[in-house]
Amino acid sequence: MSIQITSACLIRNNHIQLNGETMIEKEKHLPFNEFIKGAYELNASPNLKFFKMDNLCKLAFITSEFLLKNKKISEQYGAENVSLLFANTSSSLDTDINYYNTVKDFASPSLFVYTLPNIMLGEISIRNKFKGENAFFVFEQFQADFLCNYATQLIKEKKAKVVIIGWVELLKENYESFLCLTEENGNGAELTNENLNELYNGK
Amino acid sequence: MSERIAITGLGIISAIGDNVHQNLASLRAKRSGIGQIKYLETIHKGILPIAEVKHSDDELLILLGVSENTGYTRTALLGMIAAKEAFADSGAKKGDGIRTAMISATTVGGMGSTEKFYLDYINPEKTGDFVKYIDSHDCGDSAEKIADNLGIKDFITSINTACSSSANALMLGARLIKHGIVDRVVAGGVDGLTKFTINGFNTLMILDKEYCKPFDKNRTGLTLGEGSGFVVLESLEVAQKAGKKIYCELSGYANTCDAYHQTASSPEGTGAFLSMSSALALSGLEIEDIDYVNVHGTATQINDLSEGNAMIKFFGNKVPKFSSTKGYTGHTLAAAGGIEAVFSALTIYNNTIFPNLNFKDKMDEFDLIPVTDLIENAGVKNVLSNSFGFGGNNTSLIFSKV
Amino acid sequence: MDALIAKLKTQIIEQLNLEGVSPEDISPDDSLFGEGLGLDSIDALELIVLLEKNYGLKIENPAEGKKIFYTIRSIAEYITANGKA
Repeated sequence: MSIQITSACLIRNNHIQLNGETMIEKEKHLPFNEFIKGAYELNASPNLKFFKMDNLCKLAFITSEFLLKNKKISEQYGAENVSLLFANTSSSLDTDINYYNTVKDFASPSLFVYTLPNIMLGEISIRNKFKGENAFFVFEQFQADFLCNYATQLIKEKKAKVVIIGWVELLKENYESFLCLTEENGNGAELTNENLNELYNGK
Repeated sequence: MSERIAITGLGIISAIGDNVHQNLASLRAKRSGIGQIKYLETIHKGILPIAEVKHSDDELLILLGVSENTGYTRTALLGMIAAKEAFADSGAKKGDGIRTAMISATTVGGMGSTEKFYLDYINPEKTGDFVKYIDSHDCGDSAEKIADNLGIKDFITSINTACSSSANALMLGARLIKHGIVDRVVAGGVDGLTKFTINGFNTLMILDKEYCKPFDKNRTGLTLGEGSGFVVLESLEVAQKAGKKIYCELSGYANTCDAYHQTASSPEGTGAFLSMSSALALSGLEIEDIDYVNVHGTATQINDLSEGNAMIKFFGNKVPKFSSTKGYTGHTLAAAGGIEAVFSALTIYNNTIFPNLNFKDKMDEFDLIPVTDLIENAGVKNVLSNSFGFGGNNTSLIFSKV
Repeated sequence: MDALIAKLKTQIIEQLNLEGVSPEDISPDDSLFGEGLGLDSIDALELIVLLEKNYGLKIENPAEGKKIFYTIRSIAEYITANGKA
């Protein structure tokens, strides 16, 4: 059995790359809100829910829309065989702060919901009908070895046939998002620490 | 590579006690930890009941045996107390050379101190790199502090998948040992109550103004609680050879996504059904082998209906004995899976099923009736424990007698 | 009543972040949940916040909200009957 990275999407500095190709590139000073809205208009299918999401969730959602466009992962592998394995360093802090701003006045229930970082996994799962294992970890920095090991174990244990590995980090205007589609016997580079790191670091 | 995982240490602090011994005594005596708010400063004082750990932060420091508070949040303190107990209970010693991981789950992390600090953050007269400061109080922080206190360095992470977080910590822990990454794991979770949490759940309108009534027809919501529960996981083979005390085995685990709604579980309990099925498959047990279910049972309208339906779909007309222990501890959020793992281990080790408090009338939708009295000599060999979280995150763990 | 309905539309669009939806898109008798605008239980909670924030009306029981939030018109009627709008 071997596991391959079949697709990778990287968003950083207002630049979206899918498998190394530029999808969208905007000037670096463009605020995140405008950048992500532009990306949504260009690529995502209309979804009223998008504008209700917090920024972390929007970022993850847009990355997943690029990564999974024209793919029918759930149909191909079965909903229960698709796992999401995400991590970041600031957890949901960005929204924790925004939620706090509403508490002084009238606490917002919808913002409170987004003070849980794993909601982004839920949103992507709802959109794509994924029902496999979902996990979210907090690490100081991107840990290719951990994510790589974990994804490999999930596939070896037959808990998944596809694992989407993610590093989705956002705090104020600082953000980066990196999602990788890894599949058993897929077409692409082998899932290794080195390959994962190389893709994360970009070109 | 070890195939089987033993639980060799337990640690807990909750509204019903500061350690395993006190918790067990309260469980047996049907003594709930829910009451009026005493320690948390909030406008909900006197209105909403909660299940607080019955100590101020200063008292928690003394309990931990630390003389000075060098920036520990309530969450970190609770976690340190429970993890320390579990670590010692397993016979582990600081710096004993065994490769050890710390996996701690939390949803609030340092929000308690961020709350205090927040006033500075919004005050324009104060300057400085506040973002960096808050960063150090984030989710991962309590895990680091708990690990430091036990001298754990080999692997440290924090999990946040809402209310299934610490059940997922146990699952990850088992995998780390099975795959030879470490030899011992201290896994569990902690959440201290904060204004942040209580205000948030209040806006979701799922808090009962009385004590929560899991699986009751007239349930109106959950009761928030706080605390921490940790277990020590080791290879069963290694633990047996060393002649260690073994509470039980973690024989099955699974996590699935409901993919239905951000917060609400699907009425038919799809995700819960999948997680129970998948955990059972991994354990190699037959469905009849499950003697008791420690249900998630939060007492919200939606959870209990969805979980009940999932159990009926899974067990058919032979749903085993079950109870929710949230009437004792409240819903301790990220700590719930850890606390209920400790209770499940105690159920097996003491052969005793703990009752579901505050239950009166069965729900209209099905005929499920929880255990309402203590059952000793219960003949329990296998326990299924459910933990479900917002985001549709469903985890089922199976604990088995060794 | 018409003025209140117009005001409510704008407030709802803002409170629920209904980006891309304009007041003309919502008919006062369209159902807000399920079909129609497709709002969900979290949106209902936000509407409860909206009523408290803008009209000083407190809804204690979410089940009560279900009837009130049926359409924009039903919300307006509730405000007129109970509020000081």
